[in-house]
Amino acid sequence: MTGPLENLDAVVNGLLGEVDTIASIEELDAREPALAGRRSPLAALQKSLGGLDPDARRDAGARLQAARARVEAAIGDCRRRLAAAERDRLLEADRLDLGDVVTSTVPDTLRAGHPGLVARTQAELEDVFVAMGFRVAEGPEVESDWYNFEALNIPPAHPARGMWDTFYVDLGEPETVVLRTHTSPTQVHLMETAVRDGSLPIHSVMPGRCYRRDTPDARHLAAFHQVEGLVVDRGITFADLAGVIETFTRAYFGTDVETRLRPSYFPFTEPSAEFEITCQICHGTGCRTCSHTGWIELGGCGMLDPAVLEAVGIDPDEWSGFAFGFGIDRCAQMRHEIADMRALTENDARFLEQFS
Amino acid sequence: MRAPLSWLREFVDLPDDVGVVRDALDDLGLVVEGIEQVGEGLDHVVVAEVREIHPIAGADKIRRVVVDAGDPEPVEVVCGAWNFDVGDRVPLARVGAVLPGGFEIARRSMRGVVSNGMLCSSRELGLSGDHRGLMVLDAELVTTPGEDLRDALGLAADTVFDLSVGANRPDAWSIRGVARDLAIRFDRPMCDVARRAPSSGSPTSEFAGAVLEAPDLCGRLTVSVLRGVRVGPSPAWIARRLELAGMRPISNVVDASNIVMLELGQPTHPYDLDRVAGATLRVRRARPGETLETLDGVVRALAQPGRGLGDTGEDVVIADGEDRVIGLAGIMGGAATEISDATTTVLLEAAHFDPMTIARSVKRHGLRSEASTRFERGVDPELALEAVGRFVAILALSCPELEWVAAPLDVRGEVAPPSRVVLRAGEVTRQLGTEIDDDVARRLLEGLGFVTEVVEDGIAVTAPTSRPDVRTGAAGRADVVEEVARLYSYRKLARRTPTWPSPGGMTDRQLLRRRLRDALVGRGVLEAWTATLVSEAQVRRTHPDARLVRVTNPLAEDEAVLRTSLIPGLLDAWARNVARGTGDVRLAELGVVFAHPDDAPGRFTRGGEGGHTTLALPRETELLTVVLGQPGDDARTAVALWRVLAERLRLEDVVVRAAPAPREWHPTRSAELVDRASGVLVGRVGEADPDVVAPLIGPVAPRRAGLLEIDLDVLSDPASARRRPDGAIVPSRFPSASIDLAFVTPAGVPAADLANALRGASDLVERVELFDVYRGGAIGEGARSLAYAVRMSAADRTLSEGEVAQARDVLIAAGERLGARLR
Repeated sequence: MTGPLENLDAVVNGLLGEVDTIASIEELDAREPALAGRRSPLAALQKSLGGLDPDARRDAGARLQAARARVEAAIGDCRRRLAAAERDRLLEADRLDLGDVVTSTVPDTLRAGHPGLVARTQAELEDVFVAMGFRVAEGPEVESDWYNFEALNIPPAHPARGMWDTFYVDLGEPETVVLRTHTSPTQVHLMETAVRDGSLPIHSVMPGRCYRRDTPDARHLAAFHQVEGLVVDRGITFADLAGVIETFTRAYFGTDVETRLRPSYFPFTEPSAEFEITCQICHGTGCRTCSHTGWIELGGCGMLDPAVLEAVGIDPDEWSGFAFGFGIDRCAQMRHEIADMRALTENDARFLEQFS
Repeated sequence: MRAPLSWLREFVDLPDDVGVVRDALDDLGLVVEGIEQVGEGLDHVVVAEVREIHPIAGADKIRRVVVDAGDPEPVEVVCGAWNFDVGDRVPLARVGAVLPGGFEIARRSMRGVVSNGMLCSSRELGLSGDHRGLMVLDAELVTTPGEDLRDALGLAADTVFDLSVGANRPDAWSIRGVARDLAIRFDRPMCDVARRAPSSGSPTSEFAGAVLEAPDLCGRLTVSVLRGVRVGPSPAWIARRLELAGMRPISNVVDASNIVMLELGQPTHPYDLDRVAGATLRVRRARPGETLETLDGVVRALAQPGRGLGDTGEDVVIADGEDRVIGLAGIMGGAATEISDATTTVLLEAAHFDPMTIARSVKRHGLRSEASTRFERGVDPELALEAVGRFVAILALSCPELEWVAAPLDVRGEVAPPSRVVLRAGEVTRQLGTEIDDDVARRLLEGLGFVTEVVEDGIAVTAPTSRPDVRTGAAGRADVVEEVARLYSYRKLARRTPTWPSPGGMTDRQLLRRRLRDALVGRGVLEAWTATLVSEAQVRRTHPDARLVRVTNPLAEDEAVLRTSLIPGLLDAWARNVARGTGDVRLAELGVVFAHPDDAPGRFTRGGEGGHTTLALPRETELLTVVLGQPGDDARTAVALWRVLAERLRLEDVVVRAAPAPREWHPTRSAELVDRASGVLVGRVGEADPDVVAPLIGPVAPRRAGLLEIDLDVLSDPASARRRPDGAIVPSRFPSASIDLAFVTPAGVPAADLANALRGASDLVERVELFDVYRGGAIGEGARSLAYAVRMSAADRTLSEGEVAQARDVLIAAGERLGARLR
């Protein structure tokens, strides 16, 4: 083959050979114009195609293009190889055998740390309940529909399901796995375990993270924390429930706090109630926060619905009990008058440093 | 639900003090979520007639308007609206009026023209949302300039309660139901409202048909024929009442249906009889392939199984005499049979449908209506014809010739009979812990329509048909006790703090978490809370090949996957602090990460409808992750912090072991934490990969971030992460001797292993501590010098020089067994 591209293969091989010899990024940067750029032999060949007839020029142009691509690919590979080698070199220079760290030589400045507001609030609430004789229980955040809803007397399509905006997890049949919308599934696990082990009664609280599909705003986050309580024992009455609510609210919020129960509906308790406490902003005189009622709603509670007890194999004629639940974040929000709950998950040091 | 006080008062005489009524509603469990005062702020607002309209020089948005407000002199105001002419009558807020929302009208000067008041739009007066221009009064309305606007429009001041009614109170989803609760609370009689009866004459069956093919899904189907209908607007008070209750007036027929539904809780559906083939309504299941265009203009495919548990796709429909579907029963009618201005005869359906079937159809079609809201909670099956009687009475106000054809069609399907339970003597007291006399309980229940009867072993209580929520057996007794407690008042119930013999307490895991947190806080760490739901990209940073655990219905695409690591979130939080100039922080999080059940032996649990399925759930692992980002912090800081934590947790011997670094970790400055005895991986210590840190921190000086990650599941298992025994050693009273030993140690021998060997070499050794590491110089490649301070003592004597020298030789020999040579 004759013509301007007669030696193309040799030229390309020569260029590829040159690329192979390059040993640093700096060198590559310096030589790239001469290899694939304007000063490259390929560019010179490009210029020499001008004299060819159109068909031959098109063929030659295509061959030249392919040749250029090969060289550019080799340069790209080279660049990656060199970058990796450079990273390896830097990492190697940086190497530290962590087994050899001498504690006494690690510098440190004395500085106060700060527990998370939610964690601290949860710990305070746990302490109140432990002092009242409750054990602290926990459970998983991903649950089956059965534990989150059905065992709690909320069958599929029950209108009450609308009370919880549920995140469904893409596992199993549609809508069978959920991010728990409350810590109540832990109550079901506790009751099942107690029945299996013959270890009734139960006096437990269960704090934990829950999820609801609510667009976050100043008062709600899609992830939040609540603590629920569960008592299953002989002879438990509504008066015991009201007494427990009164005792813990006084222990946590202060002895001048009053509590009030009002009827409500939860599928897993009957009778059910919402409990309110003296507004923490105005101390009961009425303000905007409490809609001028002097009361702030804290949580829900009620006597365990016999259907829930029966579902886990507890005889409602022998045992009775109550459950209650409320938001940990909300307690924190009230105490610290946090205007926007979204600050809780922003992890800004200026926010975190305020709590101890 | 919105309940106007004036409407409630039609049924029961209520106290004047709104606060007292509100308090009673709250205490009855009909929670007042808001109170709206309407017709207030209309003092000094009068009817004014426009006399003259003049431009104002230099102003193109406002004009000077002269009105007659009934005063001897005309009133001059400046007005920015353009939708009125001379002769129109409009509302004038006089100087001194305070409009709803608190806007006070004062004398103002605009462009040199004094405005002596304000002409108002409907929205400015709080009467509607209309703000397109002035509220121009209907010319047919007889008014006089200067007349109080409220008198002119017949607006009485009213209070509207916004009530939240629980799903277990189907009877309270109506004005009458709410009034009934209040009547019991205030011990006042209930009044009735006007109803009409069917006419005498030819029976309905001669003109219309009713066929019930799905008696299991429709408890009752009544079909009435109403003649002499003239479609037009409703009387003003009906329109006003609907608006107060939050509905829009449409026409007298539709309004009558809505009024009855709001007032009594019975949805009805009016059809144009001439547009219903065969004037026949047939209730049946929809068949696959059938469609319906509902009143909202959407064509809906029927009988299609939906997503979610237990949804077989069952729809109940209304079909006509030719079996064509004309409505989605209990939810919404079809467009084809809608009432129009030409309608003269109405076919009125008042029925009862199975709540669960309606609820499923509502969810599947994403179509909720005022009617479905009531049907899915349970409508009183005995209410249908009473509601039609009320419908006729209301429609007759605007259709004087209205006739309800005799003997309306009434087909019964299956409805569970009202529950009957027997409360054993004293059961109310036993459940509530409050002494409530059985007679008191009976009186309260009877007020709601429960039938009570003293039987041998207690009181038999039968629920009214309006209370399908009341169950049988133990659950039914609890339902009845709740009604007693509610009507008696929760506020009057006794309180008692119970005690029990078992002590409270926390688990080892919970205590462990607290110790970790305390120790971290003591080292200047801030506790963070990062998102559980993250983007796929974030998961890929640490787990490029993991199967993702996705949320089906995320709020946003970058919050759709359950996290697999806390590191990306914490590094991002650290970087955000750096960017905000608040960044010299150490951050830690204690949180759960998730692994797909196909990737990790997960948890199996009960699931599916009825709990009969076994489901594999993601494995949840609780981690403690720390990002050490103060200036000077690096992998060494992380190791030192780990040692503090290990000491705090009394860990016996967890060692730092070289290991390949996972993603985001620095490849040559990271190591594993391994329990020496069990060989179990406890966590990882090191530094963040510089290629990860650089783009996060941006073009500031190079920064290092120490990393520590600990698996709490392992840490809280004493078999995996062994703790030092509780037994304490009383130290020797004799002074201890200290010697320093420096060993040239092969790179493959960890410093901790050598320390461990020295510790175990002699009973005299009290403590071994690494104090210096030296590389280079005479040491040579592949080794380093490790210098340990060794403290020795004996319980019963001061060690002699000879003993110390002897022990030193033993220690050196122990080192040599590991290949270490005294330097």
